Amino acid sequence: MKETIANLEDKARELRVAIVRTLHKSQSGHTGGSLSAIDMITALYFHKMRHDPDNPEWIERDRFVLSKGHAAPAQYVALAHAGYFPKEDLMMLRRLGSHLQGHPDSKSTPGVEVCTGSLGQGLSMANGMALGLRLDNRPCRVYALLGDGELQEGQVWEAAMAASHYKIDNLCALVDANALQIDGEVAKVMAVAPIAAKFKTFGWHALEIDGHDMSAILAALEHAETIKGQPTVIVANTVKGKGVSFFENKASYHGVPPSDDELPKALECLGCLD
Amino acid sequence: MSSNMIATRDAYGETLAELGGENGNIVALDADLSGSTKTSLFAKKYPERFFNMGIAEANMMGTAAGLAAAGKIPFVSTFAIFAVGRAWEQMRQSVAYPKANVKIVATHGGITVGEDGGSHQSVEDIAIVRAVPNMTVIVPADGVETRAAIRAAAAHKGPFYIRLGRNKVPTIFGEDYRFEIGKGCQLATGSDLTFVATGLMTAQALAAAALLHKEGISARVVHISTIKPLDQDIILDAAMETGAIVTAEEHSVIGGLGGAVAEFLGESHPVPIKRVGIRDRFGTSGKAEELMKYFGLLPEDLVEAAREVLARKGK
Repeated sequence: MKETIANLEDKARELRVAIVRTLHKSQSGHTGGSLSAIDMITALYFHKMRHDPDNPEWIERDRFVLSKGHAAPAQYVALAHAGYFPKEDLMMLRRLGSHLQGHPDSKSTPGVEVCTGSLGQGLSMANGMALGLRLDNRPCRVYALLGDGELQEGQVWEAAMAASHYKIDNLCALVDANALQIDGEVAKVMAVAPIAAKFKTFGWHALEIDGHDMSAILAALEHAETIKGQPTVIVANTVKGKGVSFFENKASYHGVPPSDDELPKALECLGCLD
Repeated sequence: MSSNMIATRDAYGETLAELGGENGNIVALDADLSGSTKTSLFAKKYPERFFNMGIAEANMMGTAAGLAAAGKIPFVSTFAIFAVGRAWEQMRQSVAYPKANVKIVATHGGITVGEDGGSHQSVEDIAIVRAVPNMTVIVPADGVETRAAIRAAAAHKGPFYIRLGRNKVPTIFGEDYRFEIGKGCQLATGSDLTFVATGLMTAQALAAAALLHKEGISARVVHISTIKPLDQDIILDAAMETGAIVTAEEHSVIGGLGGAVAEFLGESHPVPIKRVGIRDRFGTSGKAEELMKYFGLLPEDLVEAAREVLARKGK
């Protein structure tokens, strides 16, 4: 297990480097929220989820929905490094004709299940997928990753109500609680705290973890799988821009890519000196 | 015209329940209106495949998209005003953009909702959905066509919007009617002008053509159930052969059938056109038949419109 965790931590570091390089190349996209979510995404794609990059449509696969679709670079680097498409494709992010759209598009990208990017819609789609898989008695699980600012969307709570009502226990939501949104602190723009308590009131099983602690992420994902008769949410406290010191905890880096000057410094922060 | 009367929503409910027995992948979702939309008939037979989502249309639309992503064929129903109004962006982002195999079947379209009034009378839905890429938009005229359209939607992959009504309407089509997505049909021959009608207005257009016939005016009647993609051939033929068009719909004259026909003919073969419909107004309370008169949707209103285009054609 120790080795697994160390390997996943290495993988997350590798993916952070890929995110920084990808966004530097595209000069457009969301850096902060991609870096805050990448540890969870790494744990899902390289440990927890059953999936087959050679057969993205494998019917028995676990499903992942990036409800906070602006963190698309984080999902794209995970998909590329898992083998869904060549890593070189990442350099085409957001370009005309690229299969890597600004926000996840299931029509374009192998491994992307649904279209997200307009916030608040992913949990509803994850519910539907989980219900469909349950109707077919498939053992698959569905994971939905949301932002904390995204919880301001009313549809999230409609979906939270429905997931509990229909006892969707093959569903696990993760909240990337980095405490920042475009206009500033979530707590100041429109407070969503206490997140775990809100979900509990809606009938969910709720856990709260450090979203950058790989062993805590794995333990929470394992635990979620044992919960029956209700959906589980993992509220992961994270740092926006995590891993690149001068991006960390800055709302101003929400939708800003690394500049030419920042690239070497960012790579240095990530222990990548080439 | 047969004296047989049936509401298109009733035909939908019965057909959906039949389809449930034929295809185990069909599921249905409703937002606390299953008794009115008639998805309750499906719910009764296949409770495990029916999801009442409560009064939460946005989540219902997204859940349907998720079910489609898992290989199901979801039929999503509520009133037109809520399906298109409350859940528009979910329809766009979660359903249309990914080309999800979701069938949005909205009932209580138009002003014949009646007494509930303007808040519940959807007069913009066709325009709003028609503007969204990937959507197929169908407005059946009667129970026979509704059954056929529902079956076609179930068999055809991709997102659909099917608009149905609350009240009983006369049956126009015989059981031998062959519905085809994207194809209009000529219901009466004529050479002086053409009525191009959809939904319950097709019956009004047939009545108007009969009135004109008594005056020696020959009016063609073309029924368009698939508003998108539009059957351009049948409309171009009508414009070229009769030289004047009156469109008729229980919807705003902005952006619906009249809009679609005017856009197409404006670019291909301009002829005098009059769009009969709701003239940029909200609905209001009243009995359905009173409202048909109030909003100018009766056969005599269509006759009046015909005279207008004939006068312009003669100039």
